[in-house]
Amino acid sequence: MPAVQETVEQVRAIDVDQYKYGFETDVEMDVAPKGLNEDIVRLISSKKGEPAWMTEWRLDAFRRWQTMREPTWARVDYPAIDFNDIHYYAAPKNNPAPKSLDEVDPAILDTYKKLGIPLREQEILAGVQTSKVAVDAVFDSVSVVTTFKEELAKAGVIFCSISEAMREHPELVRKYLGTVVPVTDNFYATMNSAVFTDGSFVYVPKGVRCPMELSTYFRINEKNTGQFERTLIIADEGSYVSYLEGCTAPQRDENQLHAAVVELIALDDAEIKYSTVQNWYPGDSEGKGGIYNFVTKRGDCRGKNSKISWTQVETGSSITWKYPSCILRGDGSRGEFYSIAVSNGRQQVDSGTKMIHLGKNTTSRIIAKGISAGRSNSTYRGLVSAHRKATNARNFTNCDSLLIGNKCGAHTVPYIESKNATAVFEHEATTSKISEEQMFYCMQRGLSAEEATALIVNGFVKDVLQQLPMEFAVEAQKLISISLEGSVG
Amino acid sequence: MLEIRNLHVQIEDKKILNGLNLTVHKGEVAAIMGPNGSGKSTLSYVIAGKEDYEVLDGEILLDGENILEMEADARAAAGVFLAFQYPLEIPGVATMTFLKAAMNAQRKARGEEELATTDFMKRVRAGAEKLGIPQDMLKRGLNVGFSGGEKKRMEILQMALLEPRFCILDETDSGLDIDALKVVSDGVNALRSPDRAFLVITHYQRLLNYIVPDTVHVMAHGKVVKSGGKELALELEANGYADYKTLAA
Amino acid sequence: MTDITPIRTPAESAILSRFPEVKASLPGTSAVATLREQAFGRFQETGLPHRRIEKWKYTDLRALMREAAPIAAVPTEADLAIAKALLAGLPDFGAANVTVVNGRFAPSLSDLGALPAGVSVVDLGEALGSGHPLVVERMGRAAAADDAALSLNAAFVAGGAILTVAPGTAVERPIALRFVTVGNASAVYPRALIEIGKGASVTLIETHLSADGVAHQANEVVEIFAGDATTVDHIRINAHGDAAVDVSSLGVVLGGEANLRTFNFVTNPAAARHQVFFRFAGEHSTATVSGASLLKGKRHADTTLFVDHAVENCASREMFAHVLDGQATGVFQGMILVRPEAQKTDGKMMSRAVLLSDDATMNNKPELEIYADDVACGHGATVGALDEDLLFYLRARGLPKAEAEALMLAAFVGEALESIGHDGVRETLEGLVEAWLKAR
Repeated sequence: MPAVQETVEQVRAIDVDQYKYGFETDVEMDVAPKGLNEDIVRLISSKKGEPAWMTEWRLDAFRRWQTMREPTWARVDYPAIDFNDIHYYAAPKNNPAPKSLDEVDPAILDTYKKLGIPLREQEILAGVQTSKVAVDAVFDSVSVVTTFKEELAKAGVIFCSISEAMREHPELVRKYLGTVVPVTDNFYATMNSAVFTDGSFVYVPKGVRCPMELSTYFRINEKNTGQFERTLIIADEGSYVSYLEGCTAPQRDENQLHAAVVELIALDDAEIKYSTVQNWYPGDSEGKGGIYNFVTKRGDCRGKNSKISWTQVETGSSITWKYPSCILRGDGSRGEFYSIAVSNGRQQVDSGTKMIHLGKNTTSRIIAKGISAGRSNSTYRGLVSAHRKATNARNFTNCDSLLIGNKCGAHTVPYIESKNATAVFEHEATTSKISEEQMFYCMQRGLSAEEATALIVNGFVKDVLQQLPMEFAVEAQKLISISLEGSVG
Repeated sequence: MLEIRNLHVQIEDKKILNGLNLTVHKGEVAAIMGPNGSGKSTLSYVIAGKEDYEVLDGEILLDGENILEMEADARAAAGVFLAFQYPLEIPGVATMTFLKAAMNAQRKARGEEELATTDFMKRVRAGAEKLGIPQDMLKRGLNVGFSGGEKKRMEILQMALLEPRFCILDETDSGLDIDALKVVSDGVNALRSPDRAFLVITHYQRLLNYIVPDTVHVMAHGKVVKSGGKELALELEANGYADYKTLAA
Repeated sequence: MTDITPIRTPAESAILSRFPEVKASLPGTSAVATLREQAFGRFQETGLPHRRIEKWKYTDLRALMREAAPIAAVPTEADLAIAKALLAGLPDFGAANVTVVNGRFAPSLSDLGALPAGVSVVDLGEALGSGHPLVVERMGRAAAADDAALSLNAAFVAGGAILTVAPGTAVERPIALRFVTVGNASAVYPRALIEIGKGASVTLIETHLSADGVAHQANEVVEIFAGDATTVDHIRINAHGDAAVDVSSLGVVLGGEANLRTFNFVTNPAAARHQVFFRFAGEHSTATVSGASLLKGKRHADTTLFVDHAVENCASREMFAHVLDGQATGVFQGMILVRPEAQKTDGKMMSRAVLLSDDATMNNKPELEIYADDVACGHGATVGALDEDLLFYLRARGLPKAEAEALMLAAFVGEALESIGHDGVRETLEGLVEAWLKAR
């Protein structure tokens, strides 16, 4: 990719402490009092105008959450979080429900513009891009706008905020919500079930190939706010959808909590491709501030020959705790996980995947590339398991780590469990550094040390970048280089 | 063009070069010959600026300017090119990507405009064709899975594209069969010009049948112990290095 | 988690109430008694390891030890005679024997008079009481992790052996360390301290033996301190009976420019856990940690490694083969730690498993924890059935299925066996593998 030169310029232009998306938007906000209790849960539910069953569902989650403990098994280290010092709801004042883009606060539209998100359909239509992307934008706790709805509706695709889905399509939400990530799945997922405020909902009907990429951009803006979004994607029989997720937050000295839940359901012969470029504010080079990203993402290949593919580029957050997983229930189903995790400064990443082979002839593939620089620590944690009935299950896993500098750490913690003699699992992992020989070779041809590093790192992650849709791949490549700024020499 | 004066170099406390003197003029093709361990490869690395080597004394002048303080990339931009004995593999970086990055980095360092993509493609295709490098090889990771001969051809292609002033060929003949040797030599000979000088490092005389040198220097124990015309290479071929091993000791 | 009151299993309760009863009768100086108290205190906190303890995730000792067997008594003459008969069934490696019966050193079954020059052996039980320098300076320093099994052994150890090899000695004849447990189902906690002087070389064959059908509970600790420029070939053969539960810990501290190989072979006990704690203490050393588990029935075998690259320029190779039939379970947990100062570390770990039955299980957890940047480390793990194509090829050449499988499995295990330096031992183990495959 010829973006190398461009990448390097980006790197030069941006200091490590100058997070590009670190600006703050001044919008009048409706903020719930700090703290988490039944009243707050009820308040959120009523703000969203939810039906009674949903309020109960949330309260049930909240009560269960109170009996749970924070998980401690991940290789991350942070001071105790005071869950009562967080606002669980924040929304721009003119909410609810802008009917069209014209009703959205121009300051918010401006924010998304700065983030490079083409919210306005006309911009895209008039623009150079030939591919269309429908966008759902979530600002703190609420979805502010969803584009291309009409065109999607023609194809029968439902793409809206989950709040709207609860009102407009309660039967679908009720049927699928919490069926992949159960309410009591884990501490953060249970918390999310109690207080989630918004997120995206997608339903692709039988046999429909979604006519465009769907995309959600998440933005945490308000101070002391947690973002708890919930995404639910259902691909009915024989359908296909590709979904992109991007995230940013302003630069702040305090840590902010992001605890999302994403559930994917693929029925017979359906395919879901889910891509994430996660660029939450990582904190400064001394580890001050940044997002705590505690996310539960799971896909259920419920139908025969269904397929779910996760691709993630993780460059942001001060702490990442995230394991996008696939339950391979349907016979012949396939799960994929492609990941690039870049850490620098004091970032801590504990991320990986689970591939649970339940059905016959299920296959999975894991390619994870970790790059650690500065004083960061990056851990790949993964589970591949074959249950008794998973005849002919196949997995291939490759996780490679690259260390830049000798104050960082790279760790690999795979669990490989097989209870079926016909299952074949292969796992390989390597850890290395950029060789001095390679650096010298590049420099002998005229590349500077920085350019050479960017080039070699881009080569290292290429297998994963290729999995991303084109627009995202270029953005991701830039992000990786920016994230590694200051790590050479 | 290149002048080396009293060069002393060590690596990990081991002295490799002991007061080496060498002058290569504009337009000249100079061959360096010598037994294994005489310091030939070290010399090429030190000229190109590899970090592991410690220069204890002496200087290396390129057109009168001492390059010893320059980083490897700055030397490359100044026109020094090293064709590696063992070219490195860089997985995931397509050869094309690498070539473009290198060409533009050097142009930029010299304050020149970047190449337009079409112009770049044209140059690469033409160069590749001359060296018999198939197009699909250019799309693969740099040197990854290339045979020894393919790697050497790729080095010469880079040399042609980067248009250096001073080229060092480090054991370019090693690992080449006779046909590949001829292709590579033709590539080098095509680049000979009055403005460009070459330093051809080789253990065997064979290469010099194809790339005929103007001068031949014999290295032993870290310095040049004898210099002469191309006939010196033939003499070495006949008598071996035995005399020189004792000569310098 | 400290605010949760642990629920004690009957086995835990029995062990907890036993220590105060027996501690006065256990050998040792007051310093040793303090070590015992401290170790017991640690055990009190953790109890028996179970699946919620990450390092014991796949081997639940609480479930495997429903009851705590009584501590083995000092062996009688009759016990020693039974032990002698059991030992007669072992292959003859022409070794000098050092024998421990029911957790105590057994001089009558040891070749004390015929030890090779430079080799000396001391009764650990006596050494605990006499303040032997190795006990004072070394005990608990090689197998030094915070681990319930280590704590239990440190609290209850009644005896074993101290073996030293003088600096510069090239010991030709192998030394066989034989641990035998006889009588009714009992618990044994033997320990061996082995010090190998600078420049010495030695082959150690460690065997654990008990009769089939008796539910012994063995908890053995072997600590090897190998100095600079030593060459050590250590082979452990777990020949416990088919009802035994065996937990063994091997601690190694390896000096500089040394080369140590350790191999663990297990086929028979009901449940076995072998933990290796390996620390590089000097530069330019090489370690090979390998093993083979061949399991059938409901057997369970766990290998858990912790390889600590604490210094620069060392290489470690770990290679394990598991063959699992019936309802057997194999476990491999391997951790390579590369500390920030351990530049130029070269670490490669491989675990391979073949499942021969739909009811067998393999759990693999190969880990890397790396803090130095100039390293080349990797691990691989494979789980699967035998290659169908290869099997077909062999059968097409006229081999019956069982024979073709045996051939492929022998080759599969053979790869791990290759790391054994001692020809006689390797050939013997190859024979044992063949016999196991035939009996399938």
